[in-house]
Amino acid sequence: MNALSLRNLRKTYNNGFEALKGIDLEVEAGDFFALLGPNGAGKSTAIGIICSLVNATGGSVSIFGHDLKTDRAKAKSCIGLVPQEVNFNQFETVKNIVLNQAGYYGTPTKLARQRTELCLKQMDLWDKRDMVSRRLSGGMKRRVMIARALVHAPKLLILDEPTAGVDIEIRRSMWKMMREINRQGTTIILTTHYLEEAESLCRNIAIINHGLIVENTDMASLLSRLNIDHFILYLAQPVAVMPRIEGYQIERVDDKILNVSVPKETGLNNLFSQLTAHNIKVLSLKNRSNRLEQLFMDLIESKPAGDKQ
Amino acid sequence: MNYSIAFRTIVTKEIYRFIRIWPQTLLPPAITTALYFLIFGKLIGGRIGTIHGASYMDYIVPGVILMSVISHAYSNVVSSFYSTKFQRNIEELLVAPVPNWVILGGYVSGGIFRGLLVGLVVALISLLFADIVVNNAVIAIAIAFLTATVFSLAGFINAVLAESFDDISIIPNFVLTPLSYLGGVFYSVEMLPGVWQTISLANPILYMINAFRYGFIGVTDVNIQFAFLITGGFIIILAGLSLFILHKGVGIKN
Repeated sequence: MNALSLRNLRKTYNNGFEALKGIDLEVEAGDFFALLGPNGAGKSTAIGIICSLVNATGGSVSIFGHDLKTDRAKAKSCIGLVPQEVNFNQFETVKNIVLNQAGYYGTPTKLARQRTELCLKQMDLWDKRDMVSRRLSGGMKRRVMIARALVHAPKLLILDEPTAGVDIEIRRSMWKMMREINRQGTTIILTTHYLEEAESLCRNIAIINHGLIVENTDMASLLSRLNIDHFILYLAQPVAVMPRIEGYQIERVDDKILNVSVPKETGLNNLFSQLTAHNIKVLSLKNRSNRLEQLFMDLIESKPAGDKQ
Repeated sequence: MNYSIAFRTIVTKEIYRFIRIWPQTLLPPAITTALYFLIFGKLIGGRIGTIHGASYMDYIVPGVILMSVISHAYSNVVSSFYSTKFQRNIEELLVAPVPNWVILGGYVSGGIFRGLLVGLVVALISLLFADIVVNNAVIAIAIAFLTATVFSLAGFINAVLAESFDDISIIPNFVLTPLSYLGGVFYSVEMLPGVWQTISLANPILYMINAFRYGFIGVTDVNIQFAFLITGGFIIILAGLSLFILHKGVGIKN
């Protein structure tokens, strides 16, 4: 069963801006799905419509088989949303924020209290339960929003840039948390600007640009399309003039740093042999950019507005 | 889906909100109305004499109580719902399977509760200045409840349509307060010259205050049944309008 189905979803704002130009998307139950795109591509509009925060101009949304228009209550019961920006009452305590959300979903009081405790403990916030939320750190506020989104045990969790602006330590711990939530059976849709996050966590991916889905596939297939790897080489001694080596594109960044583009079928052995022959010693190397980032840029740049799917 | 839990959650949250900040919500009306009773009732009222057989102090008590109910029912909903919109915690409700009528009912109930609680506080303060025997408690309580409902609904519409904090103070300052003062809180409309009497009859608050006054001291300038009819009519119109703008997502959805 599909956790989410979008059919010809369209949105035109009052100022005439066409944010979504008729997108179709399916996310399977249990998936960890990435929805990527540059700023203004239509990701947040799509999520807004799925979560009933934005009125669609046309098309349909179905969540676990429940149509959002005709079977609204059941469809909405399946969703938990972690929005981009903090949107809870900053004067409320952590516990009440989560408890109230359980109430909005019709969770009986006793069960709501149990789930609130469970979610806050899971997010490592139980000790802060009576603290007024405005006093929490940025990372804690993010975790409060995750706890709030999970308190009614949703089948579909939508994370809209959940790690934006948090430090690397918290981001890593949130990745672990997300993996665990997905492992327990919750379908997750993630939007993020950190492409290594999507690459690390997600199994399937859709890329949205100018209101259209420009790519929708599984992560492995997408990454396998990369036919050129980009490396940075750090040299032991300065090189004044770079020798020409057949099969590789080499760019000299400075005396001791080179950018090298390597076709996948060519490999690195020949490059190192050639460099050694020219008496150039390589101290170390690293990938120039994240693999997904490279593909993302290629897709965004190669499929301009109006080039549908 | 059990909507009663969602409704209870909103109402509890709303009541907890204004109780938590009682020095801002319950204390000021107690002080303000004590001053009204002292200055208008005792000091000036003593020189005015009686209106419709009631002492001036007894005459103004019901109006002052209902004026407090009106302004606090309105301000509770308008400030709470606008803050919810402004801080974007309205999204918590929009994401959840809470129907619009439950959202409306929850916020309006919070306004009614605060309006009536402030009315009770003011009534208790009035006991220090006046010796009132209630004429018809059912009418007094019913009209207070319905009036609180009308102005909670009006506050809700104001909050939904407001785009800035300035917008939530315009109606209370420039519409509600003048209409309350001109609604016969401190005088009988019969004291006005002919044309002003006719104009005053277009003010719905006049009917509410007079019906409430009748419930308290048995004195009124208007027909009680007509007063209930007008109040009920406003509730139906404002509730319908509130549900319509919620359904359309005006001011709360992009």
